[in-house]
Amino acid sequence: MSTNLSSAEARDLRFEIEEFNTEYARALDALEVERWPDFFTEDGFYRVTARENADAGMPVGLVWCEGRAMLRDRAAAIRKTMVYAPRWMRHMISNVRVNGIDADGAIEAEASYLILETLMEDETRIFQAGQYRDLFVRTGEGLKLRSRDCIYDSHLIPNDMVYPA
Amino acid sequence: MDGSNDFRWPEDGLTRIPDWIYTSEEIFARERDRIFLGPTWNFIALEAEIPEPGDFKRSYVGDVPVIVTRDKDGTIHAFENRCAHRGLEFCRALRGNASEFICPYHQWMYGLDGRLMAVPFRRGDRGKGGMPADFDMSDHGPRRLNIATRHGVVFASFSDAVEPLEDYLGPETLEHFDVVFANRKLKVLGFYRNRLNGNWKLYHENLKDPYHATLLHVYLATFRLMVAGQKSAMFVDASGRHATAASAKDDSAEIGEDTAAEMKNAFRDDMALEDAEFIRFVPEFDSPWTVTMQTIWPNLIVQRELNTLGIRHIVPRGPHALDMYWTMFGYEDDDADMTRHRLKQGNLMGPSGYLGVDDNEAIRFVQDGLRRSVSDEGIVMLDPENEGGTDTLISEASIRALYRHYREVMGL
Repeated sequence: MSTNLSSAEARDLRFEIEEFNTEYARALDALEVERWPDFFTEDGFYRVTARENADAGMPVGLVWCEGRAMLRDRAAAIRKTMVYAPRWMRHMISNVRVNGIDADGAIEAEASYLILETLMEDETRIFQAGQYRDLFVRTGEGLKLRSRDCIYDSHLIPNDMVYPA
Repeated sequence: MDGSNDFRWPEDGLTRIPDWIYTSEEIFARERDRIFLGPTWNFIALEAEIPEPGDFKRSYVGDVPVIVTRDKDGTIHAFENRCAHRGLEFCRALRGNASEFICPYHQWMYGLDGRLMAVPFRRGDRGKGGMPADFDMSDHGPRRLNIATRHGVVFASFSDAVEPLEDYLGPETLEHFDVVFANRKLKVLGFYRNRLNGNWKLYHENLKDPYHATLLHVYLATFRLMVAGQKSAMFVDASGRHATAASAKDDSAEIGEDTAAEMKNAFRDDMALEDAEFIRFVPEFDSPWTVTMQTIWPNLIVQRELNTLGIRHIVPRGPHALDMYWTMFGYEDDDADMTRHRLKQGNLMGPSGYLGVDDNEAIRFVQDGLRRSVSDEGIVMLDPENEGGTDTLISEASIRALYRHYREVMGL
Protein backbone atom coordinates (compact mmCIF):
# COMPACT_ATOMS: atom_id res chain seq x y z
CA MET A 1 0.00 0.00 0.00
CA SER A 2 1.49 3.29 -1.08
CA THR A 3 0.62 6.52 0.65
CA ASN A 4 0.55 8.16 -2.76
CA LEU A 5 -1.89 10.92 -1.93
CA SER A 6 -1.29 14.57 -1.35
CA SER A 7 -2.66 15.83 1.93
CA ALA A 8 -5.36 17.78 0.07
CA GLU A 9 -6.44 14.65 -1.83
CA ALA A 10 -6.49 12.62 1.38
CA ARG A 11 -8.58 15.33 3.07
CA ASP A 12 -11.12 15.41 0.22
CA LEU A 13 -11.34 11.63 0.17
CA ARG A 14 -11.76 11.49 3.90
CA PHE A 15 -14.67 13.92 3.69
CA GLU A 16 -16.22 11.89 0.88
CA ILE A 17 -15.89 8.65 2.88
CA GLU A 18 -17.37 10.29 5.96
CA GLU A 19 -20.38 11.26 3.86
CA PHE A 20 -20.58 7.69 2.56
CA ASN A 21 -20.47 6.27 6.08
CA THR A 22 -23.12 8.69 7.25
CA GLU A 23 -25.48 7.46 4.53
CA TYR A 24 -24.53 3.83 5.28
CA ALA A 25 -25.35 4.29 8.97
CA ARG A 26 -28.51 6.17 8.11
CA ALA A 27 -29.85 3.28 6.01
CA LEU A 28 -29.05 0.68 8.68
CA ASP A 29 -30.32 2.77 11.58
CA ALA A 30 -33.59 3.22 9.68
CA LEU A 31 -33.59 -0.64 9.49
CA GLU A 32 -33.82 -0.32 5.69
CA VAL A 33 -31.72 -3.42 5.12
CA GLU A 34 -32.81 -3.67 1.49
CA ARG A 35 -30.72 -0.54 0.76
CA TRP A 36 -27.62 -2.01 2.36
CA PRO A 37 -26.35 -4.05 -0.67
CA ASP A 38 -26.38 -0.89 -2.81
CA PHE A 39 -23.41 0.46 -0.88
CA PHE A 40 -21.29 -2.30 -2.41
CA THR A 41 -19.98 -3.05 -5.88
CA GLU A 42 -21.54 -5.99 -7.72
CA ASP A 43 -18.66 -8.22 -6.55
CA GLY A 44 -18.39 -6.49 -3.17
CA PHE A 45 -17.23 -8.50 -0.16
CA TYR A 46 -18.51 -8.15 3.39
CA ARG A 47 -17.37 -9.94 6.53
CA VAL A 48 -17.92 -9.49 10.26
CA THR A 49 -15.36 -11.16 12.46
CA ALA A 50 -13.80 -10.96 15.91
CA ARG A 51 -10.49 -9.19 16.40
CA GLU A 52 -9.32 -12.48 17.91
CA ASN A 53 -9.68 -14.03 14.43
CA ALA A 54 -8.28 -11.10 12.49
CA ASP A 55 -5.15 -10.97 14.68
CA ALA A 56 -4.57 -14.70 14.25
CA GLY A 57 -5.18 -14.63 10.48
CA MET A 58 -8.30 -16.80 10.90
CA PRO A 59 -10.71 -16.32 8.00
CA VAL A 60 -14.05 -17.16 9.60
CA GLY A 61 -16.85 -14.60 9.62
CA LEU A 62 -20.08 -14.35 11.57
CA VAL A 63 -21.28 -12.96 8.29
CA TRP A 64 -19.53 -13.76 5.02
CA CYS A 65 -21.03 -12.33 1.84
CA GLU A 66 -19.40 -12.48 -1.58
CA GLY A 67 -21.20 -10.23 -4.01
CA ARG A 68 -24.39 -8.23 -3.98
CA ALA A 69 -26.55 -11.32 -4.53
CA MET A 70 -25.43 -12.77 -1.20
CA LEU A 71 -25.87 -9.38 0.45
CA ARG A 72 -29.42 -9.17 -0.91
CA ASP A 73 -30.10 -12.72 0.29
CA ARG A 74 -29.01 -11.73 3.78
CA ALA A 75 -31.11 -8.57 3.69
CA ALA A 76 -34.12 -10.65 2.61
CA ALA A 77 -33.51 -13.18 5.39
CA ILE A 78 -33.34 -10.39 7.99
CA ARG A 79 -36.61 -9.03 6.68
CA LYS A 80 -38.51 -12.24 5.97
CA THR A 81 -37.20 -15.39 7.64
CA MET A 82 -35.12 -14.63 10.73
CA VAL A 83 -37.06 -14.66 14.00
CA TYR A 84 -36.02 -12.03 16.55
CA ALA A 85 -37.37 -9.53 19.01
CA PRO A 86 -37.80 -6.00 17.64
CA ARG A 87 -34.82 -3.71 18.17
CA TRP A 88 -33.32 -0.43 17.12
CA MET A 89 -29.69 -0.03 16.19
CA ARG A 90 -27.53 3.09 15.98
CA HIS A 91 -24.19 3.12 14.19
CA MET A 92 -21.66 5.74 15.24
CA ILE A 93 -18.78 5.87 12.74
CA SER A 94 -15.72 8.02 13.32
CA ASN A 95 -11.92 8.27 13.06
CA VAL A 96 -12.00 7.83 9.30
CA ARG A 97 -8.50 7.47 7.91
CA VAL A 98 -7.50 7.17 4.26
CA ASN A 99 -4.49 4.91 4.05
CA GLY A 100 -3.73 5.18 0.33
CA ILE A 101 -4.50 3.88 -3.13
CA ASP A 102 -3.73 0.26 -3.93
CA ALA A 103 -2.33 -1.13 -7.19
CA ASP A 104 -5.85 -1.56 -8.65
CA GLY A 105 -6.73 2.04 -7.90
CA ALA A 106 -8.95 1.18 -4.93
CA ILE A 107 -8.97 3.49 -1.95
CA GLU A 108 -7.93 1.83 1.29
CA ALA A 109 -9.52 3.38 4.34
CA GLU A 110 -10.46 2.56 7.90
CA ALA A 111 -12.88 3.85 10.51
CA SER A 112 -13.93 3.05 14.06
CA TYR A 113 -17.52 2.08 14.69
CA LEU A 114 -19.74 1.76 17.71
CA ILE A 115 -23.15 0.12 17.47
CA LEU A 116 -25.79 0.78 20.10
CA GLU A 117 -28.67 -1.63 20.47
CA THR A 118 -32.04 -0.87 22.00
CA LEU A 119 -34.32 -3.76 22.79
CA MET A 120 -37.90 -2.95 23.70
CA GLU A 121 -38.47 -2.41 27.45
CA ASP A 122 -34.72 -2.47 27.95
CA GLU A 123 -31.88 0.00 28.35
CA THR A 124 -29.79 1.00 25.35
CA ARG A 125 -26.46 -0.77 25.47
CA ILE A 126 -23.23 -0.84 23.54
CA PHE A 127 -23.72 -3.74 21.19
CA GLN A 128 -20.39 -3.76 19.42
CA ALA A 129 -17.17 -1.75 19.12
CA GLY A 130 -15.02 -2.32 16.10
CA GLN A 131 -13.16 -1.14 13.06
CA TYR A 132 -14.10 -1.08 9.40
CA ARG A 133 -11.25 -1.99 7.07
CA ASP A 134 -12.47 -0.83 3.70
CA LEU A 135 -11.66 -0.81 0.02
CA PHE A 136 -13.62 1.78 -1.96
CA VAL A 137 -13.84 2.19 -5.70
CA ARG A 138 -15.22 5.14 -7.63
CA THR A 139 -18.14 4.27 -9.91
CA GLY A 140 -20.67 6.23 -11.97
CA GLU A 141 -22.83 6.28 -8.83
CA GLY A 142 -20.09 7.57 -6.55
CA LEU A 143 -18.03 5.58 -4.09
CA LYS A 144 -18.88 1.93 -3.57
CA LEU A 145 -17.40 -0.66 -1.24
CA ARG A 146 -15.37 -3.34 -2.95
CA SER A 147 -14.77 -4.74 0.51
CA ARG A 148 -15.82 -3.96 4.07
CA ASP A 149 -14.22 -6.06 6.79
CA CYS A 150 -15.82 -5.38 10.17
CA ILE A 151 -13.40 -6.37 12.91
CA TYR A 152 -15.03 -6.19 16.32
CA ASP A 153 -13.28 -5.85 19.68
CA SER A 154 -16.33 -6.85 21.70
CA HIS A 155 -15.42 -10.27 22.98
CA LEU A 156 -18.92 -11.64 23.39
CA ILE A 157 -21.80 -10.96 21.02
CA PRO A 158 -24.77 -10.19 23.28
CA ASN A 159 -27.19 -12.99 22.38
CA ASP A 160 -27.02 -12.58 18.62
CA MET A 161 -26.35 -10.17 15.76
CA VAL A 162 -29.29 -9.55 13.46
CA TYR A 163 -28.46 -6.33 11.61
CA PRO A 164 -25.17 -5.71 9.81
CA ALA A 165 -22.30 -3.75 11.33
CA MET B 1 -39.72 -21.91 44.41
CA ASP B 2 -36.26 -20.29 44.30
CA GLY B 3 -34.46 -20.45 47.63
CA SER B 4 -36.37 -23.46 48.88
CA ASN B 5 -34.79 -26.82 49.62
CA ASP B 6 -38.02 -28.54 48.80
CA PHE B 7 -37.60 -29.28 45.11
CA ARG B 8 -40.31 -31.73 44.08
CA TRP B 9 -40.60 -32.78 40.46
CA PRO B 10 -44.22 -32.52 39.19
CA GLU B 11 -46.28 -35.64 39.79
CA ASP B 12 -46.89 -36.20 36.08
CA GLY B 13 -43.24 -37.15 35.73
CA LEU B 14 -41.08 -36.70 32.65
CA THR B 15 -43.77 -35.06 30.55
CA ARG B 16 -43.43 -32.03 32.85
CA ILE B 17 -40.38 -29.86 33.48
CA PRO B 18 -40.48 -27.57 36.52
CA ASP B 19 -39.31 -23.98 35.98
CA TRP B 20 -36.96 -24.04 38.97
CA ILE B 21 -34.41 -26.24 37.21
CA TYR B 22 -33.76 -23.24 34.96
CA THR B 23 -33.99 -20.43 37.50
CA SER B 24 -32.75 -21.60 40.91
CA GLU B 25 -29.25 -20.65 42.14
CA GLU B 26 -29.37 -23.66 44.45
CA ILE B 27 -30.05 -26.04 41.58
CA PHE B 28 -27.26 -24.40 39.59
CA ALA B 29 -24.83 -25.00 42.47
CA ARG B 30 -25.93 -28.63 42.65
CA GLU B 31 -25.41 -29.00 38.88
CA ARG B 32 -21.90 -27.65 39.26
CA ASP B 33 -21.05 -30.23 41.94
CA ARG B 34 -22.82 -33.26 40.56
CA ILE B 35 -22.55 -32.72 36.80
CA PHE B 36 -19.65 -30.47 35.77
CA LEU B 37 -17.36 -31.44 38.67
CA GLY B 38 -18.84 -34.93 38.85
CA PRO B 39 -18.22 -38.09 36.83
CA THR B 40 -18.61 -36.51 33.39
CA TRP B 41 -16.25 -35.85 30.49
CA ASN B 42 -16.22 -32.16 29.60
CA PHE B 43 -14.98 -30.77 26.30
CA ILE B 44 -12.02 -28.41 26.81
CA ALA B 45 -10.17 -28.11 23.46
CA LEU B 46 -9.46 -29.39 20.01
CA GLU B 47 -5.92 -30.67 19.62
CA ALA B 48 -5.71 -28.54 16.47
CA GLU B 49 -5.92 -25.46 18.72
CA ILE B 50 -2.76 -26.46 20.59
CA PRO B 51 -0.68 -28.30 17.97
CA GLU B 52 2.83 -27.36 19.16
CA PRO B 53 4.69 -28.12 22.41
CA GLY B 54 4.10 -25.22 24.81
CA ASP B 55 0.80 -24.21 23.19
CA PHE B 56 -1.93 -23.41 25.67
CA LYS B 57 -5.48 -22.06 25.79
CA ARG B 58 -7.82 -20.80 28.48
CA SER B 59 -10.86 -23.01 28.80
CA TYR B 60 -13.67 -23.99 31.16
CA VAL B 61 -15.16 -27.04 32.81
CA GLY B 62 -18.64 -25.85 33.66
CA ASP B 63 -17.93 -22.33 34.91
CA VAL B 64 -14.52 -23.28 36.37
CA PRO B 65 -11.59 -21.72 34.48
CA VAL B 66 -8.89 -24.18 33.43
CA ILE B 67 -5.72 -24.02 31.36
CA VAL B 68 -5.16 -26.61 28.65
CA THR B 69 -1.55 -27.17 27.58
CA ARG B 70 0.54 -29.34 25.34
CA ASP B 71 3.72 -30.40 27.11
CA LYS B 72 7.18 -30.69 25.54
CA ASP B 73 6.61 -34.40 24.94
CA GLY B 74 3.22 -33.78 23.33
CA THR B 75 1.14 -34.79 26.36
CA ILE B 76 -1.98 -32.74 26.96
CA HIS B 77 -2.66 -31.43 30.45
CA ALA B 78 -5.43 -29.42 32.06
CA PHE B 79 -5.38 -27.76 35.46
CA GLU B 80 -7.32 -25.14 37.32
CA ASN B 81 -6.44 -21.57 36.37
CA ARG B 82 -5.73 -20.68 39.99
CA CYS B 83 -2.53 -20.02 41.82
CA ALA B 84 -2.03 -22.40 44.77
CA HIS B 85 -0.81 -19.46 46.85
CA ARG B 86 -3.45 -16.71 46.87
CA GLY B 87 -5.91 -18.02 44.33
CA LEU B 88 -5.21 -15.71 41.40
CA GLU B 89 -6.61 -16.68 38.03
CA PHE B 90 -3.14 -16.16 36.66
CA CYS B 91 -3.37 -17.06 32.96
CA ARG B 92 -5.13 -14.15 31.28
CA ALA B 93 -4.23 -14.71 27.61
CA LEU B 94 -6.82 -16.57 25.54
CA ARG B 95 -4.13 -18.70 23.99
CA GLY B 96 -0.40 -18.68 23.37
CA ASN B 97 2.84 -20.57 23.72
CA ALA B 98 4.84 -20.77 26.93
CA SER B 99 7.53 -22.85 28.61
CA GLU B 100 6.02 -22.23 32.05
CA PHE B 101 3.40 -20.07 33.79
CA ILE B 102 4.35 -17.45 36.33
CA CYS B 103 1.69 -15.98 38.59
CA PRO B 104 2.27 -12.21 38.48
CA TYR B 105 1.48 -11.57 42.15
CA HIS B 106 4.42 -13.37 43.82
CA GLN B 107 5.94 -15.11 40.80
CA TRP B 108 5.11 -18.66 41.78
CA MET B 109 6.01 -20.73 38.75
CA TYR B 110 4.14 -23.67 37.27
CA GLY B 111 5.17 -26.16 34.62
CA LEU B 112 3.14 -27.02 31.53
CA ASP B 113 1.78 -29.95 33.56
CA GLY B 114 0.48 -27.58 36.25
CA ARG B 115 2.99 -28.66 38.89
CA LEU B 116 4.49 -26.02 41.15
CA MET B 117 8.14 -25.58 40.15
CA ALA B 118 9.43 -22.56 42.02
CA VAL B 119 8.53 -20.29 44.93
CA PRO B 120 10.64 -17.11 45.18
CA PHE B 121 12.36 -16.59 48.54
CA ARG B 122 11.28 -20.03 49.66
CA ARG B 123 14.26 -20.11 52.03
CA GLY B 124 13.74 -16.46 52.97
CA ASP B 125 16.15 -13.59 52.60
CA ARG B 126 19.50 -13.76 54.40
CA GLY B 127 18.19 -16.29 56.87
CA LYS B 128 14.93 -14.52 57.67
CA GLY B 129 11.40 -15.27 56.58
CA GLY B 130 10.60 -17.82 53.91
CA MET B 131 8.45 -20.90 53.89
CA PRO B 132 8.48 -23.44 56.75
CA ALA B 133 11.33 -25.92 56.32
CA ASP B 134 8.94 -28.77 55.61
CA PHE B 135 7.11 -26.94 52.78
CA ASP B 136 6.91 -29.41 49.92
CA MET B 137 6.12 -27.98 46.50
CA SER B 138 4.63 -31.28 45.39
CA ASP B 139 1.87 -30.84 47.99
CA HIS B 140 0.78 -27.55 46.43
CA GLY B 141 -0.47 -26.66 42.99
CA PRO B 142 -3.64 -26.12 41.00
CA ARG B 143 -6.04 -29.04 40.80
CA ARG B 144 -5.11 -31.18 37.80
CA LEU B 145 -7.80 -32.80 35.71
CA ASN B 146 -8.02 -36.21 34.10
CA ILE B 147 -7.72 -36.04 30.31
CA ALA B 148 -9.13 -38.22 27.56
CA THR B 149 -8.93 -37.58 23.83
CA ARG B 150 -10.62 -39.07 20.82
CA HIS B 151 -9.57 -38.19 17.28
CA GLY B 152 -8.22 -34.80 18.30
CA VAL B 153 -11.05 -33.80 20.63
CA VAL B 154 -9.89 -33.22 24.21
CA PHE B 155 -12.11 -33.91 27.22
CA ALA B 156 -11.35 -33.39 30.91
CA SER B 157 -12.84 -34.56 34.18
CA PHE B 158 -12.39 -33.46 37.77
CA SER B 159 -13.62 -36.89 38.84
CA ASP B 160 -11.48 -39.99 39.28
CA ALA B 161 -14.64 -42.11 39.23
CA VAL B 162 -15.56 -41.24 35.65
CA GLU B 163 -15.85 -44.18 33.25
CA PRO B 164 -13.60 -44.42 30.17
CA LEU B 165 -14.51 -41.81 27.52
CA GLU B 166 -15.71 -44.37 24.97
CA ASP B 167 -18.05 -45.96 27.51
CA TYR B 168 -19.23 -42.53 28.62
CA LEU B 169 -20.14 -41.51 25.06
CA GLY B 170 -21.58 -44.87 24.03
CA PRO B 171 -21.72 -46.45 20.57
CA GLU B 172 -24.74 -44.38 19.43
CA THR B 173 -22.74 -41.17 19.96
CA LEU B 174 -19.37 -42.45 18.77
CA GLU B 175 -20.73 -43.55 15.39
CA HIS B 176 -21.67 -40.01 14.37
CA PHE B 177 -18.84 -38.31 16.28
CA ASP B 178 -16.28 -40.34 14.35
CA VAL B 179 -17.78 -39.34 10.99
CA VAL B 180 -16.59 -35.80 11.72
CA PHE B 181 -13.31 -36.47 13.52
CA ALA B 182 -11.89 -39.92 12.75
CA ASN B 183 -10.39 -39.77 9.33
CA ARG B 184 -9.10 -36.30 8.55
CA LYS B 185 -6.96 -33.77 10.38
CA LEU B 186 -8.81 -30.63 11.40
CA LYS B 187 -7.94 -27.12 10.33
CA VAL B 188 -9.32 -24.40 12.61
CA LEU B 189 -10.98 -21.57 10.66
CA GLY B 190 -11.75 -19.31 13.62
CA PHE B 191 -13.91 -18.56 16.62
CA TYR B 192 -17.25 -17.02 17.56
CA ARG B 193 -18.34 -16.19 21.10
CA ASN B 194 -21.73 -15.09 22.32
CA ARG B 195 -23.58 -14.80 25.60
CA LEU B 196 -27.09 -16.22 25.58
CA ASN B 197 -29.56 -15.05 28.14
CA GLY B 198 -30.90 -18.49 28.92
CA ASN B 199 -30.20 -21.50 31.10
CA TRP B 200 -27.49 -23.80 29.70
CA LYS B 201 -29.81 -26.82 29.56
CA LEU B 202 -32.11 -25.01 27.14
CA TYR B 203 -29.35 -25.24 24.55
CA HIS B 204 -29.27 -29.04 24.87
CA GLU B 205 -33.05 -29.17 24.74
CA ASN B 206 -33.17 -27.03 21.64
CA LEU B 207 -31.03 -29.54 19.75
CA LYS B 208 -32.94 -32.50 21.17
CA ASP B 209 -36.15 -30.91 19.91
CA PRO B 210 -36.48 -31.54 16.18
CA TYR B 211 -40.10 -30.34 16.33
CA HIS B 212 -38.95 -26.70 16.41
CA ALA B 213 -36.65 -27.11 13.43
CA THR B 214 -39.49 -27.33 10.94
CA LEU B 215 -41.46 -24.49 12.53
CA LEU B 216 -39.20 -21.86 14.10
CA HIS B 217 -36.67 -21.94 11.29
CA VAL B 218 -38.52 -20.39 8.37
CA TYR B 219 -35.22 -20.39 6.48
CA LEU B 220 -34.87 -24.19 6.77
CA ALA B 221 -38.39 -24.78 5.56
CA THR B 222 -38.45 -22.15 2.82
CA PHE B 223 -35.25 -23.43 1.25
CA ARG B 224 -36.12 -27.10 1.92
CA LEU B 225 -33.08 -27.71 4.09
CA MET B 226 -35.27 -29.57 6.54
CA VAL B 227 -38.97 -30.26 6.45
CA ALA B 228 -41.17 -32.88 8.03
CA GLY B 229 -41.27 -35.83 5.66
CA GLN B 230 -37.57 -35.74 4.85
CA LYS B 231 -35.59 -38.60 6.30
CA SER B 232 -34.55 -37.83 9.85
CA ALA B 233 -33.79 -39.55 13.14
CA MET B 234 -32.72 -38.96 16.71
CA PHE B 235 -30.13 -41.31 18.18
CA VAL B 236 -29.80 -41.42 21.96
CA ASP B 237 -27.32 -43.35 24.09
CA ALA B 238 -28.41 -45.79 26.81
CA SER B 239 -27.97 -43.19 29.58
CA GLY B 240 -30.22 -40.72 27.80
CA ARG B 241 -27.82 -37.79 28.21
CA HIS B 242 -26.30 -37.61 24.70
CA ALA B 243 -28.18 -37.32 21.43
CA THR B 244 -27.56 -37.01 17.71
CA ALA B 245 -30.18 -35.27 15.61
CA ALA B 246 -29.72 -36.46 12.03
CA SER B 247 -31.40 -35.51 8.81
CA ALA B 248 -30.86 -36.10 5.12
CA LYS B 249 -31.44 -33.28 2.68
CA ASP B 250 -33.39 -34.57 -0.25
CA ASP B 251 -34.19 -32.05 -2.96
CA SER B 252 -36.51 -34.49 -4.69
CA ALA B 253 -38.64 -35.27 -1.64
CA GLU B 254 -42.27 -34.45 -2.16
CA ILE B 255 -43.89 -32.44 0.57
CA GLY B 256 -47.36 -33.79 1.09
CA GLU B 257 -50.39 -31.51 1.31
CA ASP B 258 -50.95 -32.37 4.97
CA THR B 259 -47.34 -31.54 5.90
CA ALA B 260 -47.49 -28.31 3.95
CA ALA B 261 -50.69 -27.31 5.72
CA GLU B 262 -49.15 -27.84 9.18
CA MET B 263 -46.11 -25.79 8.15
CA LYS B 264 -48.00 -23.02 6.38
CA ASN B 265 -46.54 -20.34 8.64
CA ALA B 266 -42.99 -21.59 8.11
CA PHE B 267 -42.91 -21.31 4.32
CA ARG B 268 -42.23 -18.06 2.52
CA ASP B 269 -43.45 -18.52 -1.02
CA ASP B 270 -42.29 -15.02 -1.90
CA MET B 271 -38.64 -15.83 -1.32
CA ALA B 272 -35.96 -17.29 -3.53
CA LEU B 273 -32.22 -17.19 -2.97
CA GLU B 274 -30.30 -15.20 -5.57
CA ASP B 275 -27.14 -17.12 -4.69
CA ALA B 276 -28.24 -20.62 -3.72
CA GLU B 277 -24.83 -22.12 -4.39
CA PHE B 278 -23.72 -21.69 -0.81
CA ILE B 279 -26.26 -24.14 0.63
CA ARG B 280 -25.20 -26.86 -1.78
CA PHE B 281 -24.02 -30.05 -0.05
CA VAL B 282 -20.67 -31.33 -1.22
CA PRO B 283 -20.62 -35.06 -0.30
CA GLU B 284 -17.56 -35.80 1.83
CA PHE B 285 -18.73 -38.02 4.69
CA ASP B 286 -19.21 -41.74 5.15
CA SER B 287 -22.75 -41.26 6.42
CA PRO B 288 -26.28 -41.33 5.00
CA TRP B 289 -26.99 -38.07 6.90
CA THR B 290 -26.25 -34.62 5.49
CA VAL B 291 -26.76 -33.03 8.90
CA THR B 292 -25.90 -34.33 12.37
CA MET B 293 -26.13 -32.15 15.45
CA GLN B 294 -24.73 -33.86 18.51
CA THR B 295 -25.45 -32.85 22.08
CA ILE B 296 -22.70 -34.37 24.19
CA TRP B 297 -23.42 -34.02 27.87
CA PRO B 298 -22.73 -31.76 29.59
CA ASN B 299 -20.97 -29.06 27.57
CA LEU B 300 -20.37 -29.92 23.92
CA ILE B 301 -22.27 -29.55 20.67
CA VAL B 302 -20.80 -31.03 17.48
CA GLN B 303 -22.20 -29.35 14.41
CA ARG B 304 -22.10 -31.02 11.00
CA GLU B 305 -24.56 -28.92 9.03
CA LEU B 306 -23.98 -29.83 5.37
CA ASN B 307 -20.34 -28.72 4.93
CA THR B 308 -20.13 -26.22 7.76
CA LEU B 309 -18.45 -27.82 10.75
CA GLY B 310 -17.85 -26.67 14.25
CA ILE B 311 -17.96 -27.38 17.91
CA ARG B 312 -19.79 -25.31 20.48
CA HIS B 313 -18.47 -25.25 24.02
CA ILE B 314 -21.10 -24.37 26.63
CA VAL B 315 -19.86 -22.30 29.57
CA PRO B 316 -22.75 -21.84 32.03
CA ARG B 317 -22.85 -18.44 33.75
CA GLY B 318 -25.32 -19.00 36.54
CA PRO B 319 -28.90 -20.16 35.98
CA HIS B 320 -29.84 -17.34 33.61
CA ALA B 321 -27.02 -17.20 31.06
CA LEU B 322 -24.50 -19.23 29.14
CA ASP B 323 -21.50 -18.29 27.08
CA MET B 324 -21.10 -20.19 23.84
CA TYR B 325 -17.59 -20.60 22.48
CA TRP B 326 -17.64 -21.76 18.89
CA THR B 327 -14.66 -23.20 17.03
CA MET B 328 -15.31 -23.48 13.32
CA PHE B 329 -13.13 -25.82 11.30
CA GLY B 330 -12.52 -27.63 8.05
CA TYR B 331 -9.90 -30.22 7.22
CA GLU B 332 -6.22 -29.84 6.46
CA ASP B 333 -6.67 -31.41 3.03
CA ASP B 334 -9.40 -28.96 1.97
CA ASP B 335 -8.50 -27.02 -1.16
CA ALA B 336 -9.09 -23.27 -1.37
CA ASP B 337 -12.53 -23.71 -2.99
CA MET B 338 -13.70 -26.07 -0.23
CA THR B 339 -12.51 -23.71 2.51
CA ARG B 340 -14.36 -20.88 0.80
CA HIS B 341 -17.48 -23.02 0.52
CA ARG B 342 -17.36 -23.77 4.24
CA LEU B 343 -16.88 -20.08 5.07
CA LYS B 344 -19.85 -19.07 2.90
CA GLN B 345 -22.01 -21.82 4.37
CA GLY B 346 -21.04 -20.55 7.81
CA ASN B 347 -23.77 -17.94 7.30
CA LEU B 348 -26.28 -20.61 8.36
CA MET B 349 -25.03 -20.98 11.93
CA GLY B 350 -23.40 -18.92 14.64
CA PRO B 351 -24.42 -15.75 16.46
CA SER B 352 -25.48 -14.13 13.18
CA GLY B 353 -26.59 -17.29 11.39
CA TYR B 354 -29.79 -17.62 9.41
CA LEU B 355 -30.70 -20.43 11.81
CA GLY B 356 -28.53 -19.41 14.76
CA VAL B 357 -30.32 -16.14 15.43
CA ASP B 358 -33.70 -17.90 15.64
CA ASP B 359 -32.43 -20.35 18.27
CA ASN B 360 -30.69 -17.72 20.37
CA GLU B 361 -33.79 -15.57 20.41
CA ALA B 362 -36.09 -18.52 21.22
CA ILE B 363 -33.88 -19.54 24.16
CA ARG B 364 -33.95 -15.99 25.51
CA PHE B 365 -37.73 -15.83 25.12
CA VAL B 366 -38.05 -19.12 27.05
CA GLN B 367 -35.88 -17.84 29.90
CA ASP B 368 -37.88 -14.59 30.05
CA GLY B 369 -41.09 -16.60 30.28
CA LEU B 370 -39.76 -18.96 32.97
CA ARG B 371 -38.32 -16.29 35.22
CA ARG B 372 -41.12 -13.76 35.00
CA SER B 373 -44.37 -15.71 34.87
CA VAL B 374 -46.49 -17.19 37.66
CA SER B 375 -47.08 -20.55 36.00
CA ASP B 376 -44.38 -23.01 37.02
CA GLU B 377 -43.95 -25.90 34.58
CA GLY B 378 -43.64 -26.73 30.90
CA ILE B 379 -44.79 -29.79 28.98
CA VAL B 380 -42.81 -32.20 26.77
CA MET B 381 -45.38 -34.77 25.68
CA LEU B 382 -44.75 -35.33 21.96
CA ASP B 383 -44.16 -38.87 20.70
CA PRO B 384 -45.32 -40.63 23.90
CA GLU B 385 -44.34 -44.12 22.67
CA ASN B 386 -40.65 -43.27 22.86
CA GLU B 387 -38.20 -42.13 25.52
CA GLY B 388 -34.87 -41.70 23.77
CA GLY B 389 -34.30 -42.28 20.08
CA THR B 390 -37.04 -41.80 17.50
CA ASP B 391 -37.49 -41.49 13.77
CA THR B 392 -39.93 -38.61 13.62
CA LEU B 393 -39.25 -34.90 13.86
CA ILE B 394 -42.46 -34.43 15.80
CA SER B 395 -40.99 -35.68 19.04
CA GLU B 396 -39.71 -34.66 22.47
CA ALA B 397 -38.65 -38.21 23.36
CA SER B 398 -34.97 -37.36 23.71
CA ILE B 399 -35.68 -34.41 26.02
CA ARG B 400 -37.51 -36.81 28.32
CA ALA B 401 -34.56 -39.24 28.14
CA LEU B 402 -32.20 -36.43 29.19
CA TYR B 403 -34.34 -35.53 32.19
CA ARG B 404 -34.61 -39.15 33.28
CA HIS B 405 -30.81 -39.10 33.55
CA TYR B 406 -30.72 -35.60 35.05
CA ARG B 407 -33.18 -36.45 37.81
CA GLU B 408 -31.12 -39.49 38.83
CA VAL B 409 -27.89 -37.51 38.99
CA MET B 410 -29.46 -34.51 40.71
CA GLY B 411 -31.57 -36.54 43.15
CA LEU B 412 -34.76 -34.86 41.98
